[in-house]
Amino acid sequence: MSQSDTVSLGAEALTLKHGKTTIIEGLDIRLPSSKVTAIVGPNGCGKSTLLNGLSRIHAPSGGAVLLDGKNIHKLPSKEVARRLALLPQDTIAPDGITVSELIRFGRHPHQSALKQWAMSDQEAIDYALKAADLSDLQARLLDTLSGGQRQRAWIAMSIAQETPLLLLDEPTSALDLGHQIEVFELIRELSEEGKTIAMVVHDLPSACRYADHIVAMKNGKIITQGSPKDVMTKELVMELYGVECDLIPDPMTGSPILINIKRVKS
Amino acid sequence: MALFMGAGSDDTRFVVFELRLPRTLIGIFAGLSLGLAGALMQSVARNPLAEPGLLGVSSGSAFAVAIALAFGASTATLSVGLAQLGALIGCFCVIGVAQMQGQRNDPIRLVLAGAALSSLLIAMTSLLLLYNERAADEIRFWVTGSIAGRNVEQLLSLLPSFAIAIACVVYVARPLASLALGERVAIGLGYKPGRIRLIVVFAVALLVGAATAIAGPVMFVGLVVPFAARALVGPDIRRTLWLCLPIGPLVILSADVFSRLVAQPAEMPLGVLTAMVGAPVLLAIVRAHRLPTL
Repeated sequence: MSQSDTVSLGAEALTLKHGKTTIIEGLDIRLPSSKVTAIVGPNGCGKSTLLNGLSRIHAPSGGAVLLDGKNIHKLPSKEVARRLALLPQDTIAPDGITVSELIRFGRHPHQSALKQWAMSDQEAIDYALKAADLSDLQARLLDTLSGGQRQRAWIAMSIAQETPLLLLDEPTSALDLGHQIEVFELIRELSEEGKTIAMVVHDLPSACRYADHIVAMKNGKIITQGSPKDVMTKELVMELYGVECDLIPDPMTGSPILINIKRVKS
Repeated sequence: MALFMGAGSDDTRFVVFELRLPRTLIGIFAGLSLGLAGALMQSVARNPLAEPGLLGVSSGSAFAVAIALAFGASTATLSVGLAQLGALIGCFCVIGVAQMQGQRNDPIRLVLAGAALSSLLIAMTSLLLLYNERAADEIRFWVTGSIAGRNVEQLLSLLPSFAIAIACVVYVARPLASLALGERVAIGLGYKPGRIRLIVVFAVALLVGAATAIAGPVMFVGLVVPFAARALVGPDIRRTLWLCLPIGPLVILSADVFSRLVAQPAEMPLGVLTAMVGAPVLLAIVRAHRLPTL
């Protein structure tokens, strides 16, 4: 990965509000480059809001999101889109769109009304199809695919965007176990190729298994962050979810697994 | 063909160049404008029922024209800008009404809001005509929608704003296509949804205003044309817009030919005919088990 491809994304004293309700106040974060960061926490802790803030969808009421040290809202949006790709949770695809038509949208930030299609676009599309293992399905209608394939197609759109940064909001929340693994493994592969990735994840064991860096949030604040082995403790699970459990290392991978889970009555 | 070479009797020349040719050109123009406007509105509203006529945009335009007529303008010197301003106000009214509370993305809701607005504007237009006899005569035929009896000069006066509208459409087509993937995806691809919508509303007002100024409020063309286009090429707005270019004029011109045939020797107003064809199409779309997601 060349020098120009490394980017940094972070926030300083970030405050995000929904109307008048403050969701996040004065938060600092920096995504470790070329790593997978998982943002975890209970419902309503502000993790999706943080992701939306980092991806310039949610404008801050205070502080700033910094892309390569520059305020993301001061950069031209199209320029940001060449460095940062985003997969929101609530994707909607029009009926009758094919896989390759969807992936082609990923090239928009690299095109203009005058320069609509170049060789580099086709190469990026072919690469994305291959990376997401969709080459055989490219002519299929999106709504005829399985949930996992469909999500891979959306991720392929982000791959075609050729950005060093990729943000995903609950990329596996609607998927069954097999499809979840399919998507997580694709995310791992992308990170191994040098992408900096941040994702909101609900499932703690998956976050530990597939992320290099965990950011644990509660009430709009980051409680702790670090490698899964360092931060994942039974005390943290208790604090985040009010759930008692024991942690044991996965015999195959060493990543923490939750057992003996009990809800603590408050 | 021989006519263009200078042959033919004076009568034939008059009929072709002074009556039929302007009428055909205006039909092409109105068909292009309304087809494109309908496709744009449906895409931006994510609603296959969004149509300039149904949503009160045409009635807004007609009302503005009626006010001008009541204050002394004549249909011959009618200002296009005024019809376009009326269309723009109509657009904003219906957007405002539709967003007033409750479930915003219900397709039927937007149409109801539009129908209410449209009825109100039509009633107010009728009221104006009731109190102003001269305007009533000028406007009675116009208000049902017609491409007869207009001249080429009127059409030429519309061309500058039509050119601006087309420039907007060219500029906005790609962003609009990405907006169909959801607002956040569009932002992620580097677009600004608010700006896209504003340009679309502006282009729609220019197109509908121009079409209304010259042909009256022709209903349902903006519904039927994109509907047919989508049925042929799928949901991508860029392909839909291209296909609206031939289908729009085709629909208006065949409706016009038909409107001259059904009630010979008189003519049925074009707007009546398009409504008779369009209303069943509307019902068919609503009755379809599921509205297509745009």
